[in-house]
Amino acid sequence: METGTWKVKTGLAQMLKGGVIMDVVTPEHAKIAEEAGACAVMALERVPADIRAAGGVARMADPTVIEAIMKAVSIPVMAKCRIGHFVEAQALEALGVDYIDESEVLTPADEAYHVWKHDFKVPFVCGCRDLGEALRRIGEGAAMIRTKGEAGTGNIVEAVRHMRAVMDGIRKLVSTPQEELMAKAKEMGAPFALVEELHKSGKLPVVNFAAGGVATPADAALMMQLGADGVFVGSGIFKSSNPEPRAKAIVKATTHYQDPKIIAEVSKKLGEAMPGLDIKQIPSEELLASRGW
Amino acid sequence: MRIGVLAVQGAFAEHIAALEKLEVEALPVRLPAELLGLDGLVIPGGESTSISRLLSDYDLAGGIKNLAERDLAIMGTCAGMILLARESADPKVKPLGLMDIRVKRNAFGRQIESFEAELAIPALGEKPFPGVFIRAPIIEQASDGVETLCQLDSSTIVAARQERLLAAAFHPELTDDLRFHKYFVDIVNGSKS
Repeated sequence: METGTWKVKTGLAQMLKGGVIMDVVTPEHAKIAEEAGACAVMALERVPADIRAAGGVARMADPTVIEAIMKAVSIPVMAKCRIGHFVEAQALEALGVDYIDESEVLTPADEAYHVWKHDFKVPFVCGCRDLGEALRRIGEGAAMIRTKGEAGTGNIVEAVRHMRAVMDGIRKLVSTPQEELMAKAKEMGAPFALVEELHKSGKLPVVNFAAGGVATPADAALMMQLGADGVFVGSGIFKSSNPEPRAKAIVKATTHYQDPKIIAEVSKKLGEAMPGLDIKQIPSEELLASRGW
Repeated sequence: MRIGVLAVQGAFAEHIAALEKLEVEALPVRLPAELLGLDGLVIPGGESTSISRLLSDYDLAGGIKNLAERDLAIMGTCAGMILLARESADPKVKPLGLMDIRVKRNAFGRQIESFEAELAIPALGEKPFPGVFIRAPIIEQASDGVETLCQLDSSTIVAARQERLLAAAFHPELTDDLRFHKYFVDIVNGSKS
């Protein structure tokens, strides 16, 4: 009997596919998410929109909050650590969370190095903006990948940009001749072994979710049609005027993403979506996606 | 032969790929109309609460129950096993109530307790079967009509069969070993009664 294997780490992400992972800050939120059909929750002290508004240094949540949420629901509970903060990750593993998100939404603890995730039994998910970044994180041991998007904006444009970049990278790598792969790996800054593996298999070795800006059922379905395996919704649910029906609608839209009639139906009467931000209005030093490398 | 794979949430693509390797036509099922004309159905692993909610939409659950009464063969793995059960200890999941087993969700604990183990499954031959257990359930209790296919110890049943219903707590779809899927395809064919 062996625990913490690559197979069980990547396997849990495979079980989350076609599902919606929702940010929650209280046990009550977590129960609403579970009841709506979320396949997992992300336990936080504040949703990204509030982290963005508060400014300052954003850190791992208080373990009391995480434990209360773990008690409240039976679905997997994820929690975030700062980029490179391997001690926050150790603490989260000790709490028994099911997945750790080494996340750009929190203030990075290390500007040069990410956590060496192979050392942990608990699996990690990491953000990426393109295929090279995805493969660097997988090389460090991330068992699941998500787009960075631009968290807390309610604006899907960055998640679309990042998902398209990953998919485009895969298509190009598949058609790259073998003798050009090493140069390609250098150009992408990605581990050669993973570049070669992807060239042969034609797909990422781990599950790839969309994140960072999903606010409506149509946003979720858009990301699924672009090739996401599932969707994270951060501020989009609990910063909207009526979280419960919106959560249910986003779950349905993620399952039935190829069915426009269902998307139209579930989009009715959801109330106000979260307030959105134009990315161009955000000063470049406040963009979360540029944290990490 | 056409086998449907319930595709509302979870690892349905992996089951479709395994069935296709056995040269079986495998189709995703998201709406009741897609159940028509199937010879078998797979309910995959995923989150059982999530799948259970999505099954109540468009009365997919009713459609599956109707077909099960007319002898549709069904295989459930992990969350799928929970949904096949007559009874779940957890009121958050509404099982379909098809198989005379009582199941316990997350029986081994949280993700850090997820594990791989070699399994003895005599029905599949002598070679051990690679068992991948992810936040896995167990069968706590099985009625007389249920045949145990595999157990980890005397009180932990992890695979069972009741006529045309087949359940596993682990994930054959995450391995390259096709014997468990082949066993189900044989049930669908009616050649292993």
